[in-house]
Order: sequence, then structure tokens, then C-alpha cells
Amino acid sequence: MSYLEYNIKTIPAGLQKIAALNWAIILLLTAIAGAGFVMLYSVSNGQLDLWAEPQMKRFFLGLTGMIVLAMVPIWFWRNLSFVAYLVAMLLLAWVMVDGVLVNGARRWIDLGPLRLQPSEVMKIALVMFLAAYYDWLPLEKTSHPVWVMIPVAIILLPVALVSEQPDLGTSLLLIIGGGAMMFLAGVHWAYFATVILAGVGLIYAVFVSEGTEWQILRDYQYDRINTFLDPSLDPLDTGYHITQGLTAFGSGGWTGRGFMQGTQTQLGFLPEKHTDFIFNTLAEEFGFVGAATLLALYTLVLLFCVASAVQNKDRYGSLVTMGIGVTFFLFFAVNMGMVTGLLPVVGVPLPLVSYGGTSMLILLLGFGILQSAHVHKPRRKER
Amino acid sequence: MKRTLEENMVSARRISRRALIVGAVQLGLVGALAARMRHLQVDQAEKYRLLAEDNRIKEDLLAPARGLIFDRDGRPVAINTPNYRVLIKLEDVQDVEIVINDIQKLIYLKPNDLAKAREQFERLRLRRETFVPVPIAENLTWDEFSKVAVNAPVLPGVLTEVGLARVYPQKENLAHVVGYVGPVSDFDLSKIENPDPLLLIPRFQIGKAQVEAKMESVLRGSAGRVEQEVNAAGRIIRELDRIEGDSGKDITISIDSRLQNYCLARMEGHSASAVVLDVTNGDVLAVASAPTFDPNLFVRGISSRNYNALRDNKFGPLRAKAVQGTYPPGSTFKMIVALAALEAGVIDPGERIRCTGSLTVSNNEFNCWKSRGHGRMDLLQSIMQSCDVYYYTVCQRVGIDRITEMAKRFGLGYQHDLPLSAVRSGLMPTRQWKRDVRDEPWLIGDTVNASIGQGFVLSSPLQLAIMAARLGTGRSVTPRLIRRIEGIEQPSGAGDPIDVSPRNLRLIQETMYGVMNVPGGTAYRRRLLPRELAIAGKTGTSQVRRITAAERASGVIKNEDLPWERRDHALFVNYAPYDDPKVAVAVVVEHGGSGGATAAPIARDITGFALTGKIPKVEYYPPEIRSEIEEEQIAIKDMLHSYDDVSPAGSDRA
Repeated sequence: MSYLEYNIKTIPAGLQKIAALNWAIILLLTAIAGAGFVMLYSVSNGQLDLWAEPQMKRFFLGLTGMIVLAMVPIWFWRNLSFVAYLVAMLLLAWVMVDGVLVNGARRWIDLGPLRLQPSEVMKIALVMFLAAYYDWLPLEKTSHPVWVMIPVAIILLPVALVSEQPDLGTSLLLIIGGGAMMFLAGVHWAYFATVILAGVGLIYAVFVSEGTEWQILRDYQYDRINTFLDPSLDPLDTGYHITQGLTAFGSGGWTGRGFMQGTQTQLGFLPEKHTDFIFNTLAEEFGFVGAATLLALYTLVLLFCVASAVQNKDRYGSLVTMGIGVTFFLFFAVNMGMVTGLLPVVGVPLPLVSYGGTSMLILLLGFGILQSAHVHKPRRKER
Repeated sequence: MKRTLEENMVSARRISRRALIVGAVQLGLVGALAARMRHLQVDQAEKYRLLAEDNRIKEDLLAPARGLIFDRDGRPVAINTPNYRVLIKLEDVQDVEIVINDIQKLIYLKPNDLAKAREQFERLRLRRETFVPVPIAENLTWDEFSKVAVNAPVLPGVLTEVGLARVYPQKENLAHVVGYVGPVSDFDLSKIENPDPLLLIPRFQIGKAQVEAKMESVLRGSAGRVEQEVNAAGRIIRELDRIEGDSGKDITISIDSRLQNYCLARMEGHSASAVVLDVTNGDVLAVASAPTFDPNLFVRGISSRNYNALRDNKFGPLRAKAVQGTYPPGSTFKMIVALAALEAGVIDPGERIRCTGSLTVSNNEFNCWKSRGHGRMDLLQSIMQSCDVYYYTVCQRVGIDRITEMAKRFGLGYQHDLPLSAVRSGLMPTRQWKRDVRDEPWLIGDTVNASIGQGFVLSSPLQLAIMAARLGTGRSVTPRLIRRIEGIEQPSGAGDPIDVSPRNLRLIQETMYGVMNVPGGTAYRRRLLPRELAIAGKTGTSQVRRITAAERASGVIKNEDLPWERRDHALFVNYAPYDDPKVAVAVVVEHGGSGGATAAPIARDITGFALTGKIPKVEYYPPEIRSEIEEEQIAIKDMLHSYDDVSPAGSDRA
């Protein structure tokens, strides 16, 4: 099996690297972002310069950054993984001290022209660091309890900081994303079974503890859960978002009400229409056909990620590829689940479509690492 | 780290396997999402589409313009005029109090309006409906309005608007006929089953009294509808559909405003009422109750001070006495008794009955108003001189039931159908009635009392005027207040001939002529001289207290010496001209003393005005009272309006 040997010469060099990029994923991401531009144009009532244009600029900036990152060999990123994690941790610590207070939560750092959400950075950094950890760890130690506790600590450290912000949604996403990395690395399934059972128990405890002295979550978090379970409890406040979102979504029907014709969106009944609830606008104006098409585009990205990971015989490369894919999946699936009433409203944007600079930028940079892994994967030696 | 090829193979295989599992889980979850989307957008699309439409479309009612009311000559009586209003839209205002202060520098704001507006502001803030404009001043003059309008650019959030308000240009003149409108109250709504949605519009005005209330369904019109697209904040984006309602129908009433005004002026200073009928068609030419009030006060919401003053006035300005007041008809009832006796054949017109000043019937002594007695009375003299003993005698031959039956034929004891708030039926008693209601047997004394319009007998001025009209024409004239609705003539009230012998009726008419025009008649001094103005009438003085035997022995106390509310009612009924009756008049002056002295001159002047269309000339009066008349007329002229300068609806300003 000598063809699997690492050999620098089998890696494309120079302009060949451009050709070696995973173009399918680039095209899919561009198509998704394109749908985003159309929707932002629509929700701003036909104003190009309000949301759509800045979003386009940022997307192409991000796309450029992605290709630049892809040109750098993957082992460079692997060696940088710990630094990335460290930087992300420092940013999280900074936000605790000097974050911008919005709705009682400190999630943002004000960096002059842009606002950075360190938890977004951490999503990617965590994937990188865990991939590097498992690349370094001898295979036979993967399921050893001591070597399992280390990645758990790696995950829970940022989770602790993020839940202090407080940001329950992102904490859970970090846990699920990190857990997925451990699962992909080959940790014994029994660990996961245990954790899932414990999780179910915890959820039970969360509900039981409501209103008692040892209440686990904050009041506003309970409010969100309760209105998620029964939106009519609070039709004018939190429940309003869900109710109006579902109304917009369902009223689209098969083919939608037409571009810029969605009454829920255009008359302002839909809240957060350019950020978290933008998928509802798409569903309202383009119907099931439009919404399912976008979902299919996202799913295709996932499939190409899986395909790339399976083809990649480099442990770090394939783990990071899957990790980015899972992060991406969690992003859009949680957003879609939330706006269709399957999940509580936790404030997760729809990747590449929702208006918002830094989260899209960071995601695209994450895809840059993924592309680097794709470009620099080990190849069969030329005979 | 460096791995062996073997290890790399193992690692890659394991990752691939796990990656495929993760991929499959992701696909499964994507499938769940797709199913959820399908459920929302395909299975429940209809439900959410309806919810979305419900969000977006707001239906509003358009209040129709209320029908106008005119008098018989087309003078406006109830109109809609532009209501100049100033409103504040909270959401465009930073500090309401500053804005109110600014407006107060321009115009005077009524404390009442301000308090109401502040209340409304609070309510809107709670409901987060701060885009709804709240009126802070209404019914402004054009000057006030334009002051605010001109300054509107520097008063953000202040709007000026022209609405419609009900106005009664004749003010006090027709308060008891036209009534007034007011905002729908919860009490109004509680009385109506299935109310017209219009009534739910805040401060929608409906008729509260008299014609405005009774003709509500005609005047109101029907609601229009407007469908508007609203945004999430409730602001109107555009109009989708508009269906105009039908404005209310215009009504012409039979009243002659000038005559009505004359009646009120002539009764000034009394608590009195007068009804004038056109006997040829039943038209109510005037139905006046004095004193009166300004219905415009009620439209704008009357202050409690004003209201209490009206309510506590002992002359009862709020009561429409002409139809609502019931009084013992007194001697004006004698024609009915006489006619009943003639029709029953129990008297001969020439038969003389001796009046000694009193008559004893079953051990009770009944006194004639003339204690010395009238001597021998025939039918003509008994009416002309209003002898009581004659009727004490005759009534016993006729019996109460036949008297009551005759009274009903002439419109007494019957609730006439007029669109006024409280039309009373009065009372014409029968033996049966007394048994049923009082659980006592009918006594002969009851009949004797009834024969001179006392005792149980009660009738309203309207009924007395109808009686006079029927006596004058022999037809069952019925009153008509609504002449035309939207130009369509309403049925005439001329009526069919009454089933009495023309000869007997003629006899009665002659006696009524005698009252006024033959020396010795109780109202001879009150006659008008021209033959074409000759009045046939009858005086009545009805007691409101019982005169005891002791008082009678020591001499009956004169009316002037009694407190007002114990004095006799003064009544007069008549028709004219005698030869060709055109009008019938009834006048009742509450506690006015004697009918001949107080009621008859008023009725005479009203009759003269009704027939000539102006204040009767002094030459029409007997020479000996002309100077007195001249003085009276000077005082009355000051109180008369022409009502011809009243502007028709909506033509001015705006």
C-alpha cells in the first residue's frame, strides 16, 4: 500500500492548487450566499445598499480569504491549531471583561469597524484543536478514559466561558460539535451512550428545578423554553417571534407569495427578518419549492464534506473537514429548526444567508481550512 | 505525528466509517427538517395563509352621514356641520405636556376635553397603539382651527381634522320635537339585540330623544366598509377596497318653525304647552313645551352643572309637556259629554236644566264653579257659560261608559302614533277599568266628577288638539309629524268621517262658536273680530287640589293667593276659522289659573298667527283690549327669530 505514503511531490503546487480546490463546495456556498443576497434585497424593501450590498462585499472578502487559507499547506494549520484555540480562549476571556452588553448578555467585542463574536471563532478553533489532538494521540489511546477526559476538558473550558455570557445556544452547539469530533475520532460509543442518557437526565432536572432555589438556568432561558413549548403563552413578546415566523413560513404554501410579495415580511410582522428569521421570508416568498431547494443546497455541502473527508487519508485533514461540516450543519439545522418551531429560539443565524459580517467571515475562513485539507490531501504516487 | 502505514489505514477507515454515520445522522435530521417544512407549507398552508391575511387586513367601518331634518318650509332643523378638531398623535410627540402647552398658547383648551384626552393617552400607551390620534379640542371656530393649522409645521404630532357634527341651528325652538343625538352608551347597546356594527364605533352618535331617536333607523343610514392593509405597527399602508355606505334619509317634519317659535315666545314665563294641528291633513304645525332647552348642549356632552339646572327647574324644561304631560281636561271635556248625551238621545238641546250653584248626588254635594248658580241652562248656554251643574245632571243619564266611548272616538285616552319619545295615552275611565285597576266599584260620584273633566279623566295637550280638530271637521283627524322621508310624502292624517250625527255635531260646534263670539261666552273677551279668523273654542280650568267644605264655607281661596304648584291648570281648545276649519289648537298652562284668563289669550294669538302667518294685527282684536295687546306684542317680537337665515347643511366654510 505504498501509494498512501506522504510525498510532497504528489501535492499540487502553484496554480495547480487552484484547480485542486473543492469547487463544488465553493459553488454551493456561492449559490447559498446568492440566495441570501436576494432575500436581503427583499426584506429591505428593495434597497440594495442597506443589507444586500455590504453582505456581498463581505462574502467576496470571505471567499478570497478562504482561497488564501486554502493555498497554505494543511500541516501549517495543524501546527497552528493550539494557537487558534488559545486565541479564541483569550477572546472569550476578553468578552467577559469588556464585551458589549446587548439584552443582558455580553457576547460581542467591539473592534472598531467590526464586532466580533468570540464564540464564533471558538467553534472553528475547537474543531481545529480537537482534530490536532487526535492527530497527535496514538490511536490505541483514543478510548482510554484519561485521554477521553482531556478533550472533554478542552470542550468544557470554552463552554464554561460562553455560558457565563450567557449564551446557552452556543454552549450547546460547542458541546455537540466537540462531541461530534470525539465521535469521529473513534472514541468508544459507550461514552456517548452514557452522556446522552445523562443529558436526558439533565433536561429532566432542568424542568424540575424551574422555580426552585437550585434552578439550573436563568429565568429568561426558561421563558424561551416555555414559549417554545407553547408559543401562545406569550403571543406579544417571545411567542410573537415564533407565531409570526410560523405564519410567514406556512403562508408560503407550495410556490410562495412571490418575490417581495410576502405580507408577513414586507409589512413588518416578521421579526428579525434580516437575521435569524430570514429563512421564513424565503419560505414565505418562494414557498416549499424555494425552502426545500435551499435546504438541498446546504445538504449538498454536507455531502461534499463527507466525501472529501472520506477521500482524505490524512487524519487531521479528514477530521477537520468533518468538523467544519458538522459546525456548518449545526448552524443551519439549528436555525431552520428554530424558525420552523422545532427548536427553541436561541439566536442562531442562518449561515451565509442571515445578515451579519463576522459570523459569515469566520465560517468562510473555516471552509478555507477545509479547502486546504482538500488541496493538500495525500495522493497516489505517480508511477 | 508519524504513523505507520498500517495505523494510517486503520485511522482512515475508522474516520470514514464514523464520518458516514455522522453524515447519515445529518441526512436524517435534514429529512426531519424537510418533513417539518412540508407540514407547515403544504399541509397547513391554508391555516397560515388565513393567519397572515388576518394580520394584514384591517376592516374599518365608514360612518354614514346622518340624514338631515327640515321643517315644513325647508328650513334646516338638524344638520351636520364640519367639526373642526385638533388631535395629537402620541408616537410623533416627545413630551405630550409640552405640546399641549404649545397649543394652549394658541387656543383655549377645555379642561374637560383635556382630561378625556389624557385618559385616552394612558390607554393607548398601555395598548401600544400610540399611532391612534386623540382629539384634544373639538367644535373649534374657524379662527381657532386655522391658528392651529397654520402652526402645524412647528407642532409635530398635532393634526387638524374636519369631521361632521350634529347641529340644531334652531337651538331651543325644536328641542322637544327633534330631540338630540349623543354617543352610544353601554346602556343603549344593552337594550339592542344584535346591534348594527356601526354602533360599536367609538363615540358614534345615535338619536337619544324625540324624532332623532324614534326615526333612528331612517336617519342613520348604513355603514360603508373599508379594507386597509396595515403593517405590524398597525399603521395603514394602503386601502385595498372601499364600499361606501348609504347616508341616512332626509326627513321633512310638519312643524312650522316660525309658528313653533311664536308659541314658545307667547308662553314665555309660563310652564305651558301648545299644540297646533292642520285639520285638513293632521300635520302637527307646532308642538311646543315651554320652557325649553338647547339640544346642542347634549350633543357635545352636557356639563353636570347645566344638566342639574335643567333637571331641578320646577317648570321642567326637559319634559315635552305637549305630549308627555297629562292633565284633567276640565271644562274642555264638556263637549264630549254633551255630544254623548245628544247621540244617546237623553237630552234635547232646548231642554233647560236649573243650576243653583250645586247639586247633591247620593249625599255628596257637587259645586258649580259659579257658586251663585247659572239659573236655567240649555245646551248652548251650558257650554258658553261652562255650567257644571248641567253636566252633573246630564252625565247621570248617559253613564260613564258612553262618555268614555265618545271621548275615544275624538282621540282622548288613546296613545297617538307620533315619533316622539314619550307620547302618553292619558286616561278615559270605565267601570271595568276601576274594578281592574283600583279594585273598587264605580260610584255615581265618579261619573259626576268625570262630566266636568275632573276625577280620573286625564288627557294631554296633543289629545285635546286632536279632539278640537275632530270636533271642527267631523273627521277622525290623526296627527302627522313626518311629512316626507327622502322626498316621499307620508300618508295624510285627514281621516274618515266620525260616526256621529252631523246635526248633533253642528250643535256642539255652534256652542263652541258661542264661547268666543257671543256675549256671555266665557272667552268672549278673547275673540278675534274678522269673520275669517273666527274661533270656536272652549275654556277649561282644572283643579289640582281638593276644595274642602270648610274652605268653601269660608270662601274659596283665590288662585293668586295659592302657592304656584297648587293653582289650577288653565286650558283652552279651539279650532278656526269657524266657517272652514284649518287649524286646531290646544293650550295648557300649568297652574296658570283660569282657562279664560290665561290659556284662551295664548290660544287666540297662536291661532291668529297660524292662520295669518304673522303676529295678528292689533285691529283684529276688540277695541277695549288693543292697547294691552300692543304692549304684549312688543315684548314678543323681541323673542322671535325668522329662522330663514339659518345656513343649509355644510354649505358654509369647510
